[in-house]
Amino acid sequence: MYTQSMDVPSDEVSASPALSDAEASATFDARCARGEFIEAKDWMPAPYRQTLVRQISQHAHSEIVGMLPEGNWLTRAPSLKRKTILLAKVQDEGGHGLYLYAAAETLGTSRDDLIAALHSGRAKYSSIFNYPTPTWADIGVIGWLVDGAAIMNQVPLCRCSYGPYARAMIRICREESFHQRQGFDLLHTLMQGTAAQQAMVQDAVNRWWWPVLMMFGPPDQDSPHAETSVKWGIKRISNDDLRQKFVDAIVEQAAVLGVTLPDPGLKWNAARGAHDFSPIDWTEFWQVVNGHGPCNRERLAARVAAYDEGAWVREAALAYADKQAARQAAAVTPATERRSPP
Amino acid sequence: MTNQRDWPLWEVFIRSRAGLDHKHCGSVHAPDATLALQAARDVYTRRQEGVSIWVVRADQIVASDPADKAALFDPMADKIYRHPTFYALPDEVNHL
Amino acid sequence: MSGDLVDTGLLGPAHLPYLLRLADGSLILAQRLLEWCGHGPVLEQDIAFANIALDLLGQARLLYTHAGAREGRGRDEDAFAYWRDEQAFLNPTLVELPNGDFAQSVVRTYAYVAYQHGLWPALQTSTDPALAAIAAKSHKETSYHVEHLEGWMIRLGDGTAESHTRMQRALDLVWPYTTELFTEDTVTLAVAADGLGPTTAHLAEQWTGATQAVLATATLQAPPPSPFRSTGQQGRHSDHLGYVLLEMQALTRAHPGARW
Repeated sequence: MYTQSMDVPSDEVSASPALSDAEASATFDARCARGEFIEAKDWMPAPYRQTLVRQISQHAHSEIVGMLPEGNWLTRAPSLKRKTILLAKVQDEGGHGLYLYAAAETLGTSRDDLIAALHSGRAKYSSIFNYPTPTWADIGVIGWLVDGAAIMNQVPLCRCSYGPYARAMIRICREESFHQRQGFDLLHTLMQGTAAQQAMVQDAVNRWWWPVLMMFGPPDQDSPHAETSVKWGIKRISNDDLRQKFVDAIVEQAAVLGVTLPDPGLKWNAARGAHDFSPIDWTEFWQVVNGHGPCNRERLAARVAAYDEGAWVREAALAYADKQAARQAAAVTPATERRSPP
Repeated sequence: MTNQRDWPLWEVFIRSRAGLDHKHCGSVHAPDATLALQAARDVYTRRQEGVSIWVVRADQIVASDPADKAALFDPMADKIYRHPTFYALPDEVNHL
Repeated sequence: MSGDLVDTGLLGPAHLPYLLRLADGSLILAQRLLEWCGHGPVLEQDIAFANIALDLLGQARLLYTHAGAREGRGRDEDAFAYWRDEQAFLNPTLVELPNGDFAQSVVRTYAYVAYQHGLWPALQTSTDPALAAIAAKSHKETSYHVEHLEGWMIRLGDGTAESHTRMQRALDLVWPYTTELFTEDTVTLAVAADGLGPTTAHLAEQWTGATQAVLATATLQAPPPSPFRSTGQQGRHSDHLGYVLLEMQALTRAHPGARW
């Protein structure tokens, strides 16, 4: 499960924050400053609502699109145990997408509208899922590094000011804890295996390392929405701080695993008490975000196809529900049966 | 596709074990009550989180208005005599 | 899996093929169902099918492990799943058919889980106690699968004109493959004689009664009986299983002896 730092702008036009009610707005800001939770029916400034809808739906889309690169290996997982684990994990991503769509819907936008925004390219999802998964080790690396980065991004969101989002994130983080572990376990097993298996792991780490660092979003000085997001309690820790924390944690784990992180500039800086690492190629990041990554078209096409091919199913289920309701209405007798709650 | 109706939204309440209340835990989309219950089971009890499920059409829930919060709830703030701690008892009195 | 139960070898020549028929049926159907993951008509359905596939995978793993223990030649679940060739797979052809559209997947899955629903209770008195235990566990799972799939049979059969047409087409295509489930052969005769499992006549009666009622409510018509008989349980499969196995086994077989 995967959020990328969600201040990547969408193409959606956002209305200028013309606050009609300055007083309500001041009260709202004060509530946020006191660390209070905002609930669905509370008054909120339009830009707060827009920012949340954008962020939560991007996050939901990331979960759903994120099912594809891993789902790619469901039929080919090399043991029944790994197949079972992977299916449970990919299913979790679906569940997480569902929780998040539901949280976004509390803000007054329907799931179908959110999905339409994804399918038309107006809404974004995490750039990480536009990379291919050519080997089994990719499944392990997605768990270890991609989920690891996502968890680092998500834990602070459990304290997000918007109640429905915070509650969804708490549930997600709790379920997520097995995802990173199974990834590490998968890689650890491969690293104890044959030379070919070990090479598979190193190759996957080489391919994923830089895209994973990009998941934390652009450097702080280039993050357009950061300031208001912090004020409103939607964002709590900056992109660069989270990225640094991630690198410091992973260096140790990589050593245990016996893999090399593909950055000659990566070294401990005693003065900073943190690892230095080489500059990130943000050109690649923006290319992928803007639709020119290795798999953008495939991923979106798969989602659109699933939705379009399922239209007759969704429609038929509604038609049947309507028929049933009409039949029941026609069959209503005066002595209506009353049922007590279970 | 554009003229299609969404499947309705259902709120899901789960009793995590016997003896506890049902508690709101999320929502699902479903065309009818049967599938709403099944979806709630499939989505929200994957890790043995429940022993009983309620689903309620979201559009059937009547909720208080946050704007009425002061009128509805603030008047209880001074009814401190409803709480046992309001009453000072002699030290010798126990189990009361 | 069998805990305190002692595996005392195979009870006759039909025992192993019978266990493999059941295990392969669950595995191959799981493999088909998980192809839907991420591609279903609605998110809730992806999660529902994944749950069913996980149950089926669990059944297959228990049955393979038990079969390996009874056989006593050191084969584990993965030896059965990944290192047997097509002819050694004994699943009924029904479960290896391609998913097709959602209607076809619903009809096929319903047909098989309704079969399992009659099977598990009968197996709970099997002379193989571990098989009886697996059947008791699986029956709870299958009861839910049947309920879920019955719901879809009816919704789509009695939904829109399009969904009805698709369901009827799926039924016409899939239903002839169900005859195999109730066809007597040396394995089923021996199994019934040894008290390992039920007769095919018993299963046919259970299944026919249950499915007829659902088809009627779904306003669908079973196609007329056909002389066609599929033979997957004899190891003679359709064109489709080869591709399923090729995909499922490729990585494992590229690394003989490796651990995963």
